[in-house]
Amino acid sequence: MKAAIVVIAASLASGGLSAAAPDAAAIVREGNDKGAPPCIACHGAHGEGQVAGGFPRLAGLDAAYMERQMDDFASGSRDNAVMKPIASALSKEERRALARHYSGLAPPAASEPAASDELDPQGESIALRGRWEGQVPACVACHGPSGVGVGSHFPPLAAQPAGYIAAQLHAWKDGQRRNDPMGMMQHVASELDEAEIQAVAGWFAAQPAMIEEGGP
Amino acid sequence: MSGTGVIRLPALAALALLLVACSGGGAPAEEARAAELAPAAAPAVERPRLPAMATSDNAQAATAQSPPSASRDGGEMPQRAARAAFVPPAESAIPVDAFGAMIRKGRDIFMHTGRYAGEYVGNSLACVNCHLDAGRRADSGPLWAAWVRYPRYRAKNDEVNSFAERLQGCFQYSMNGKAPPPDGEVIEALSTYSYWLATDAPTGVDLPGFGYPKQGFEPPEKPDYGRGEKVYRESCAICHGAEGEGQAVAGVQVFPPLWGAQSFNWGAGMHELDNAAAFIKANMPLSLGGTLGDQQAWDVAMFMNSHERPQDPRFTGDVAETRRRFHDTRWSLYGVEVNGRLLGRGTEAPGG
Ligand code: HEC
Ligand code: HEC
Ligand code: HEC
Ligand code: HEC
Repeated sequence: MKAAIVVIAASLASGGLSAAAPDAAAIVREGNDKGAPPCIACHGAHGEGQVAGGFPRLAGLDAAYMERQMDDFASGSRDNAVMKPIASALSKEERRALARHYSGLAPPAASEPAASDELDPQGESIALRGRWEGQVPACVACHGPSGVGVGSHFPPLAAQPAGYIAAQLHAWKDGQRRNDPMGMMQHVASELDEAEIQAVAGWFAAQPAMIEEGGP
Repeated sequence: MSGTGVIRLPALAALALLLVACSGGGAPAEEARAAELAPAAAPAVERPRLPAMATSDNAQAATAQSPPSASRDGGEMPQRAARAAFVPPAESAIPVDAFGAMIRKGRDIFMHTGRYAGEYVGNSLACVNCHLDAGRRADSGPLWAAWVRYPRYRAKNDEVNSFAERLQGCFQYSMNGKAPPPDGEVIEALSTYSYWLATDAPTGVDLPGFGYPKQGFEPPEKPDYGRGEKVYRESCAICHGAEGEGQAVAGVQVFPPLWGAQSFNWGAGMHELDNAAAFIKANMPLSLGGTLGDQQAWDVAMFMNSHERPQDPRFTGDVAETRRRFHDTRWSLYGVEVNGRLLGRGTEAPGG
């Protein structure tokens, strides 16, 4: 953080803005001259996220998805007090470069070690089969096998911190996150109760970020 | 703006409409009168439509309440909304013995058909793609309701069909594959699973939620390709892909293809607009079933089924003749010209 403050101070002092292509790796480590802090402070040295803080992993996420999320933080359709000022301090080009940078990093193994006897079994059942009386399909029906993610619209849940997954479900339930296509996640989240949210979040956190071809 | 183009469809006897299923309709047409794709003169009797959702989780509660009410048609029950849906037993109730092992095998084949019955499958679909929640969900052709409807006469082959023959048809048409032997393990496992799901159901009745809810489901206006395309782009393409190709990850088909070489063939029930529209209205977009308007469901069904897919295995060598023999139904676009393209020519066989 100290380095960032120095950099910010320096750039404020010089008042200069460079028009060169954004250097994503530098922003990740040092932040930028418009007040964006270094991403590594929260998202980890390799984009692996931080379990304790509930900061999501960015490594290996789809670039278009991440760019859209940064746009949504800035516009407020994803209402988050921490990321709003950060995204707002990034230019469109910087967001794109950062999204590309992180999508190219290798994802970590599972975010939390699989302690299968401690996991609430209804987490797995919701993840793999759904809870159809509220028209909640299996999470993997949209998020892919083991929750590894599908294309640019269905982000991975595997190897995300459980606290982060639960926080997003709450954000949809409470209306703070409203950026999902067709309101799909607002519907899903509104159907889940607290125990179900914790159970399913715990299950995905323990899944590996990548699976073998033809895997579960 | 793309219109529907010239469509000439022979009319279909109302009865045949009711008998179309997993494999396409195919009652020999009694009449080959050229007609426009237009609402039926005599809509079928409406059957009760319930927000019925049979699931594993609410099984206990419902079994404790009331036994499913038997009915032969929708007219018997004055209070349709009050009728309880049949609820199959919970997954956790599958016995832990040889019988239970066969039930699980059937469920696994149903959910991962390519993996567990690959030699009989010729596309990237699975049974569960069209019969949601492992064949439990009402209004998506649930297995518990199917089990108690067979043996049954089907116009498709003009015979009384056993449940096993019904399953075989699904492999040949919906799965674009081959019929598994009737006494082999695939049919045995699927039958065992269906039988078990129907535990405590009355037999010989159409349970509420059987098949797709298409009885009395008519398009307010003629289905339109251009409007359907708009619905598709807005509500379907995000999952099923811009070209209906679906999406796969790590070799697992997550979103199934809706047309093209890897989808159901021209003999499958889903190629008929009434089946497709009823399924889509009740179940799509996934997790938001019931949110499209009736017209939107028909329009997007028409758009989906105006694309090429694998040839009907009963193809005689001539599209017009094949239409006359097997597709002379009001809701089949096989052999019909849409936007200047004659449908029914089939796709190249996938490389395997
Ligand atoms: C002070 C901590 C902090 C810093 C620094 C930070 N982030 Fe975040 N970031 C968060 C939090 C917290 C969230 C989750 C927000 C929420 O709950 O909606 C998040 C979410 C995100 C997401 C959405 C991930 C997803 O899966 O939807 C992206 C993309 C992102 N951050 C990018 C960045 C980038 C790029 C930087 C550096 C310029 C950065 N963040 C710096 C805390 C931080
Ligand atoms: C019908 C499809 C669908 C289903 C089913 C579904 N999701 Fe999602 N989910 C989405 C979409 C789309 C997004 C991305 C939203 C966006 O673009 O902001 C998403 C995003 C998420 C996110 C945010 C991830 C991130 O990186 O910020 C979480 C957490 C999540 N879903 C959890 C779940 C859980 C848990 C389930 C099962 C109970 C589930 N989802 C089922 C469609 C679905
Ligand atoms: C492309 C979609 C699709 C696929 C894939 C599919 N089916 Fe079907 N199935 C249908 C349609 C359409 C019907 C007819 C529904 C109706 O008549 O209301 C049907 C009907 C059935 C019926 C009879 C239902 C009844 O109540 O009479 C059974 C049993 C069945 N399917 C089993 C299967 C099995 C087993 C598989 C996998 C081997 C399978 N289906 C794959 C679309 C599909
Ligand atoms: C959120 C993703 C999603 C959206 C949006 C969506 N579908 Fe689906 N669709 C699925 C999935 C997943 C299945 C398979 C369901 C299963 O296996 O449980 C499916 C199955 C189907 C099937 C039967 C299988 C096949 O390949 O023929 C049809 C037909 C279909 N969808 C049509 C549509 C139409 C039309 C729309 C738009 C109105 C739509 N879907 C929107 C995810 C989606």
